Amino acid sequence: MAKTLPLRTIEEIKKQRFKDEGVVTITSVEQSEVEEAVYKKLYDLSLRIKVNPNLPELLQESHKCYLLDCLIYLSSGYQSLDASRPWLCYWILHALALLGIKIEEKLKSAVAKFLGKCQSPDGGFGGGPGHLPHLAATYAAVNALVTLGTEEAYNIINRDKLLQFLWSVRQPDGSFCMHRDGEIDIRGVYCALAVASLTNILSEELVRGTFQWIVSCQTYEGGFSGCPGMEAHGGYAFCGLSALIILGKGHLCDLQALLRWTVNRQMRLEGGFQGRTNKLVDGCYSFWQGAAFPLIYTLLAEDGTQVKDHLFDERALQEYILTCCQHPHGGLLDKPGKHRDIYHTSYTLSGLSVAQHFMNDVHILGDEENEVECTHPVYNIRPDHVRKAMLYFSNLGAPNNHSNSNST
Amino acid sequence: MAESSSDESETTFQLYKDRKEWKDVVPVPQDDGEQPIVAIDYTEQFKDVFDYFRAVLQSGEKSERALELTKDAAALNPANYTVWQYRREILKALNKDLNEEMDFIEKIIVYNQPKNYQVWHHRKVIVEWLQEASKEKYLTETVLAKDAKNYHAWQHRQWIIKTFNLYEGELEYIDSLISDDIRNNSAWNQRYFVVMGTTGFTEEVLDREIDYTLSSIKVVTENESAWNYLRGVLLHDKCGLSRNKKVTDFCQDLYNSGNRSPFLLALIVDMCSEQVSQGNKDPLYNLEMAKTLCKELAEKYDTVRAKYWEYIAETVDKKSNKEDSQVDAEQ
Repeated sequence: MAKTLPLRTIEEIKKQRFKDEGVVTITSVEQSEVEEAVYKKLYDLSLRIKVNPNLPELLQESHKCYLLDCLIYLSSGYQSLDASRPWLCYWILHALALLGIKIEEKLKSAVAKFLGKCQSPDGGFGGGPGHLPHLAATYAAVNALVTLGTEEAYNIINRDKLLQFLWSVRQPDGSFCMHRDGEIDIRGVYCALAVASLTNILSEELVRGTFQWIVSCQTYEGGFSGCPGMEAHGGYAFCGLSALIILGKGHLCDLQALLRWTVNRQMRLEGGFQGRTNKLVDGCYSFWQGAAFPLIYTLLAEDGTQVKDHLFDERALQEYILTCCQHPHGGLLDKPGKHRDIYHTSYTLSGLSVAQHFMNDVHILGDEENEVECTHPVYNIRPDHVRKAMLYFSNLGAPNNHSNSNST
Repeated sequence: MAESSSDESETTFQLYKDRKEWKDVVPVPQDDGEQPIVAIDYTEQFKDVFDYFRAVLQSGEKSERALELTKDAAALNPANYTVWQYRREILKALNKDLNEEMDFIEKIIVYNQPKNYQVWHHRKVIVEWLQEASKEKYLTETVLAKDAKNYHAWQHRQWIIKTFNLYEGELEYIDSLISDDIRNNSAWNQRYFVVMGTTGFTEEVLDREIDYTLSSIKVVTENESAWNYLRGVLLHDKCGLSRNKKVTDFCQDLYNSGNRSPFLLALIVDMCSEQVSQGNKDPLYNLEMAKTLCKELAEKYDTVRAKYWEYIAETVDKKSNKEDSQVDAEQ
C-alpha cells in the first residue's frame, strides 16, 4: 500500500525552535545555527512547492551519475580513504542498488576482481591491495560482493581463511578487535557477525560471551556505546542491536530503554537524527538511528506487539533528507553547508529507504518516483541480495577450519 | 639537496625515488588489477612514498630509514592502519625511545587528527608498553578543550582512568565541563562512569547525585542530558523511578509551576507506567495521568514523537488491563 505524506507546515516547524532558556552554551549556539540553516531550506521549499507540487524531489539521475563516476575515478582528495577502498566500493554499489541502477556484467566482474586483490592471504580483507586484513574492510568487501550478487563475486571470498581471520581477532571476553593488535569496539562485533552470518561460517564457539559483552555496552541512556562505559552513540547503537539480532539475543537488552533513546534522537525542527544527546543532526544517522526501528518492530512482534506505523516521524526525516541533504550536482551530505561525499550518499539514501518502507507499505514524501529500494536493516544491503547470497553460502556447508585454532 | 619534482608543498619534499640512500630498494607499485575501480588520483608524492612503503613491507626491513618512511606515509594518510602497525613493529625491533614516540604521536593527535582511530590506538599501545599514564589526562584535557565531546578523547580517558586507577579529581573535572556547557552529554556520561567505578550508587551517593541533577534541571529544564542522567541514577534506587520523594516532589512542583518540558512529562509518564505495572492504584501516577500526558506530548509538546507517545499510551493501557485481569483471576 502506498501513501503519500503531506509536508509539515512552516508554522509547525517554526514552533520547534530550540529554547535556550537564557543559558547560552556552545551546544545551544551550534544547535541554533544549524536550525537556522535548515529552517531556511524548509522555508524555501514551502515557497517553491506552490509552483511545483512535485517537490521535494530525489535527484536520482544526478546521484546516479555521481556514483558511477566515483566507482571508477576519485580525485586526490580521497587519499584519506586510501585504506578504505572496499568501503568506497560498498557505499557506491549499495547506493546504486537503492536507486535501482543495474551494473553491467563486465564492470561487476572488475569490481569483484579488485576486491579479490584486497583479500589477505591470512583471510579477511584489507583497505586496499597489500593492506593488513581489517574487520571493517572485510565487512565492506563482503557487503559489496553480496551486492554484486554474481557467483564470481561470492567465490572471491575464501571462507576458510575468513573464519581463521575472525578467530585471530576474537578476544577472550567475546569482543573483537578491528585487526591484529588493533582497537576493540562494538563495530568489531558487528562486522564479524555480519560477515560470518552472510557467508555461513558462524559457530557457537566463535561468539561465546559475545552477547554479554554487547549487552554491557548498553548505557544508562538506553543506547549502546563503542565499549562499556562510554557514551551512547547512533553508529554503535546500530552495531549493538543488529549484532544482538544476528545472535538471536535481541531480547536480552533493555528494548524499551533503547526505543526511548532512539526516538529521542530525532530532531524536532530538522526532522533528521542526531548521533548523541545534545549533538547536531547529520544525514548519515538517518540510517544508523533509523534502522533501529524496523529491528525493534521485529523484536516487539516476537513479543506479540504489532506496531501499526513507524514509531518515528518518517515524514519529517524524508523532508530533512530531500530538502537539506542533497547536492544539486549529485551526492548527498551531512547537513546544509557540508560537502557531499560517498559515505553520506550511501547512508542518507539508506535512511531514506528505511523511512519510506514500513512492512509492506510505502510512505513516500513527494512524488512516488522518489521511492528507493528496500534495505535490510541488519546488513544494509537489499534484502533480495541478502537472500540470494545466504542461499548460495548455505549450500556450501561448513568451512574447513571451524575450531579454535590460530594455525598460521 | 635536489629539488623535488612534485609541485609546491610547504616544505620541499624529495621523492624517495630521487634519494641516493634509497637506491638499493625497488619501489613496489600498487597492484589494483586491470581495471580501475575506486581508483584514487594519487599525487606524485603519495604514490612515491607508498611505492617505497610497499617495498619495505614486503622485504620486512626494520631500520631507521624504514621508520622515517612510515612517518611520511602516516602523514599522507593517517588512517592507514597497516602503516601504523608496521611502525610499531619497527619501534619494537629497533628498541626505540618510546618517549620520543609519545611526543610524536601527541603532536599528531592534538594538532592534526584528533578524530582518527589509528592515532589514538597508537598512543594507547605506547602507553601500555611504557606503563606510563601520567601524561594522558592532560592530553585528553587538551583535546577536550578544543572539542569537549570528542569521542576518542573520552574513550582514551576512560581507559586510562580505569586501567591505572586514576579516578581521583575526575568529578571536579566533570564539574568544570558541566559549568562550561551544562548540555555536554559526554561530561554527564563521564559522571555516571566515575560513580560506577568508585563508590557505586549507594544511598548516600544516590541522594547527592539527585541533588546535583535536580539543581541542574532547575537551571535548564529542557536539557535532556540532565534528565537522562536523573533516570540513570534512579535505575539504582531500590524503590524505582516513581518512589523517590525528592524527585516526585520536584516534578510535581515543576509541573504545577506550568513547566511543560517534554522530558518532565516523559518522566512522569514513566512513573505512571511503573506504578501501573506494580498494580498500585496511585491517585496521581496512574493510567489516566499517563494517557493524558501522552496525548499532550503527541499533540502539543513533543509532536515529532507523536506516534511513539501513542504507542506508549497503548502500552501502559495494556499493562493496566493485564494487571486488572490478574487481580480478577486472583479473586
